[in-house]
Amino acid sequence: MRGLGTQSPLSPREGNGTIEYAGKLLSVFILAPFAGSLIAIFFPSDQRGATAWFAGAIALLCFLVAAGLYPFVTSGGVLRYELAWMPELGLNFTLRMDGFAWLFTVLVTAIGVLVVLYARYYMAAEDPVPRFFALFLAFMGSMLGVVLSGNLILLAVFWELTSIVSFLLIGYWHHNAHARDGARMALTMTGMGGLCMLVGLLIMGRIVGSYDLDVVLASGDTIRNHPLYVTMLILILLGALTKSAQFPFHFWLPHAMAAPTPVSAYLHSATMVKAGVFLLVRFWPVMAGTEAWFWIVGLAGVTTLLLGAYFAIFQQDLKGLLAYSTISHLGLITVLLSLGSPLAAVAAVFHIVNHATFKASLFMAAGIIDHETGTRDMRKLGGLIRYMPGTAVLAMVASAAMAGVPLLNGFISKEMFFAEAIETHQANILDTITPYVATLAGMFAVTYSLRFIHSVFFGQTPSELPKIPHEPPRWMRAPIEFLVLACLVVGIIPAITIGPFLHTAVVSILGASTPQYSLAVWHGWNLPLVMSFVALLGGVGLYFLMRNYLATSTEGPPVFRLLHGQRIFERVLVTLSWKWARSLEQRLGTRRLQPQMRFLVFVAIVVGALPLLLNHFELPPLLVRGIDPAFALLWAIGIACAVGAAFQAKFHRLAALVLLGGAGLVTCITFVWLSAPDLAVTQLLVEIVTTVLILLGLRWLPKRIEDTQESELLSLRVRLRRLRDFLLAIVAGGGVALIAYTVMTRPMPETIASYFLERAYKEGGGTNVVNVILVDFRGFDTLGEIAVLAIVALTVFALLLRFRPQADSLEAPEQQQVQNAFDDDHPDRAEGDSVAEYLFVPSVIMRWMFPVSGMLAAYLFLRGHDLPGGGFAAGIAMSIGFILQYMSGGTRWVEERLRIHPLRWMGIGVIVAAATGIGSWLFGYPFLTSHAQYVTLPIVGKFPLASAIFFDLGVFSLVVGATVLILIALAHQSIRAPRAHARALRAGKEAK
Amino acid sequence: MEIILSAAIGVLTASGVYLLLRPRTYQVIIGLSLLSYAVNLFIFSMGRLRVNTPPILEPGGVGDLSRYTDPVPQALVLTAIVIGFAMTALFLVVLLASRGFTGTDHVDGREQRSD
Repeated sequence: MRGLGTQSPLSPREGNGTIEYAGKLLSVFILAPFAGSLIAIFFPSDQRGATAWFAGAIALLCFLVAAGLYPFVTSGGVLRYELAWMPELGLNFTLRMDGFAWLFTVLVTAIGVLVVLYARYYMAAEDPVPRFFALFLAFMGSMLGVVLSGNLILLAVFWELTSIVSFLLIGYWHHNAHARDGARMALTMTGMGGLCMLVGLLIMGRIVGSYDLDVVLASGDTIRNHPLYVTMLILILLGALTKSAQFPFHFWLPHAMAAPTPVSAYLHSATMVKAGVFLLVRFWPVMAGTEAWFWIVGLAGVTTLLLGAYFAIFQQDLKGLLAYSTISHLGLITVLLSLGSPLAAVAAVFHIVNHATFKASLFMAAGIIDHETGTRDMRKLGGLIRYMPGTAVLAMVASAAMAGVPLLNGFISKEMFFAEAIETHQANILDTITPYVATLAGMFAVTYSLRFIHSVFFGQTPSELPKIPHEPPRWMRAPIEFLVLACLVVGIIPAITIGPFLHTAVVSILGASTPQYSLAVWHGWNLPLVMSFVALLGGVGLYFLMRNYLATSTEGPPVFRLLHGQRIFERVLVTLSWKWARSLEQRLGTRRLQPQMRFLVFVAIVVGALPLLLNHFELPPLLVRGIDPAFALLWAIGIACAVGAAFQAKFHRLAALVLLGGAGLVTCITFVWLSAPDLAVTQLLVEIVTTVLILLGLRWLPKRIEDTQESELLSLRVRLRRLRDFLLAIVAGGGVALIAYTVMTRPMPETIASYFLERAYKEGGGTNVVNVILVDFRGFDTLGEIAVLAIVALTVFALLLRFRPQADSLEAPEQQQVQNAFDDDHPDRAEGDSVAEYLFVPSVIMRWMFPVSGMLAAYLFLRGHDLPGGGFAAGIAMSIGFILQYMSGGTRWVEERLRIHPLRWMGIGVIVAAATGIGSWLFGYPFLTSHAQYVTLPIVGKFPLASAIFFDLGVFSLVVGATVLILIALAHQSIRAPRAHARALRAGKEAK
Repeated sequence: MEIILSAAIGVLTASGVYLLLRPRTYQVIIGLSLLSYAVNLFIFSMGRLRVNTPPILEPGGVGDLSRYTDPVPQALVLTAIVIGFAMTALFLVVLLASRGFTGTDHVDGREQRSD
């Protein structure tokens, strides 16, 4: 490992620059895996080797960088890398590496390298390997993110990422129902825990006043003495305990064994489940030591330790046994952390490392056995030592470490655990029983470890194995060899191998309260050693007592086997997300639109009225003075139009449309009256287009003829319903009128208006302030708005492509039928002549109007920056010019002569508008900065030419395209429909 | 002036809301259009009512609120008018398509009890 020798702290002066540089290197741990993941996904699926090499190289790179950073984190050193994200909210992309984070980083990356090597041989040729390695790298990145986060929110983000990516990894073989269920369960449990944890972390941030981890770690007393401490503790623990599969959330972990074995080896040794205990250790200095901590963490840990070990004995699936053993070992770490003593924390960190080493190798060994024999069922296996002696020896050493046999790493941390269990930390029952539970669990651990070895490698060779077993490829076994060697070396000479690194990690957590401890195999004859021997002998004895029962028993421990965690989980899930949700939906929901709208209006009224009532709203005095009679008359007409439209909309659609137009015109005149010429121009033009649009649509609606008899027979219910809607409408209208009146009669407060008025010419180069706001100050908004317009137009276009009219709308309109009948009756006339000649003079005039309307559009456009007009108005004027041609000549006549390509107009519009915005980058200004000056052209004269005019040109082009596209698409239906009609008629005749 | 315009906004809103609660799609589309007039006028009126003070500056001039009306609500309403048109178009096509698919112009896509 590079850099090991240079443990002396760097001199301060040369150190600062180097430390800053080293801090930047932290981003490698996030960037490399995620970028690698994106690249890996594009590897061809038959390139198993290349993808593995690539993923391995990324993992190795991360490992080497971590190794190189070691000198910076010794003796309490901390590396930081910070990118401002949302600093005003205390949210920063902060990476932080201290000794403990370093230890975890090395663990995650080193085991990552080994798992990639192993997976290279494990994955079958037919598996989509690039997806596997992409997910694997993404998972490594998320896990490193959890470990290195220096900000609480960032931590929560990476935490959820590990949940999501592990979901995808567990469900990698998604054709397998177990994999899907297991993945979903893991996601539900860890995801919900993560949400709780996020809330807990938010509370923590609030208590401390900062989300920065360094600040948090320095405010232990504030946190522990805060009234919200217990709430926060429970929420954060929910996150940690679900992730680390602690009782009662442990049941997801065995189901996650449906994942490919390399995934299990990675997730359940060094990563995923270790994230929970990582979090406990991370916040140990600020949260541990209280009674609440002791009870919650301790109870969960002790129960998990014992139950996990007990359940592991009765598993028949090799990976199931390892899964429960993992649960039990995590329980052990949790118990250690619950005690609140620094020495126990040291033991916990040590056991995290040891467990990762031996459990990863055992999972890999189980994978090899599965791979080479075709089964993981211990009832079917046996005698494999004759076929794969090398693997057998490795597995034996690793499981001896798991059992806590002396001279192996598991023994040393287990001794430390026993020693801590004996100590009295708090005088209560839980503390008293801990040593007994510890010994019992140790005994069970010996039993299941022995069972793992004995039932697989010894005894009779089974006859009905799916494959003839043999040793795995050389390099598939190499990762196990490496890990087992590590178990041995650490187990024999701990002080000079793991010792310094462990010390670095521990100092970073405990700081000044780091206790004296000695890592050694031999501490003399003491109580922990006795406990170890009791566990060892008891475990061996227990195994030989139960051997015959276990050889034939069904999966799972007696009695508990009936209690299916999964079934309870599923039932809860179904009840919550299906039964309750459905009954709620049945009771409160409706698929009918009207009640929903009624509810919306009602809520809007309540929400509008409530603040007024609560704040003792007083009616403003009604001022009748200063009313212009002409304005009053104008709105008398407007109001009559609006009410008339409301009454005619059901039976007299055309009348309603005309009245609607009347109300629109009055609105338009109001804009002229009240100093808003731009609005008036736009409103007038839009009014025309809307009327044409609805006229085009009218033909496809069903005939509705008022039945005078029916209206007399209306039931009381219907009348009541209408009355209620009428009252709602009156209240809504009255309320809006009241608010409008109140605001209008109050003096104007200081607004941003003066800002725009002052700067419109000086900075925007135009005198029409409204237009300058649209294309310059708020150009970005306008860009968004024209994008909306484009999307709507495309949606309309797409919807109409598949439009199938109702049969009763298929016939030609009545007028055309009459005209065509007239043509039929006169032999000198061809069918369609009358239709073409109808309103001949207006249509000729309309044709002549085309250049005029084009001219008008150009005029409106060019003056837009200084005088009323602009891209919107000009665009609509131009499209009216096109539409007039369609109206005068008919769709076919126009399209034989003039091809309008509305999609191109729209595309060019978006591109021009966006390019204008981007153009300002070339001059080093922010997006959409504009430049203005006046230009003189022959004939046209002097007109304002700001760069914003190009933006406005984009707006113009897009508005033309969108409007024309909508109207033409609708107009085309009239051509398509007769064709469809004729086809239907033909088909009918042929059938006869 | 204020009282007339606010009464007008109120009537437009009431007519619009009443139509919004009707069962026929055409009624709803007319209602939405009326409602959008009301909303546009409402937003516009937030800049107070002023006569003969359009926000069009003298060339080279610097404007202030004593001589010119508030341009901000106008800018907001201008785009709202265009977007309102787009919304009407979209809704019209949806109602036509719905009528084509279901054979009815009822808002739920099927006839309910007579209304």
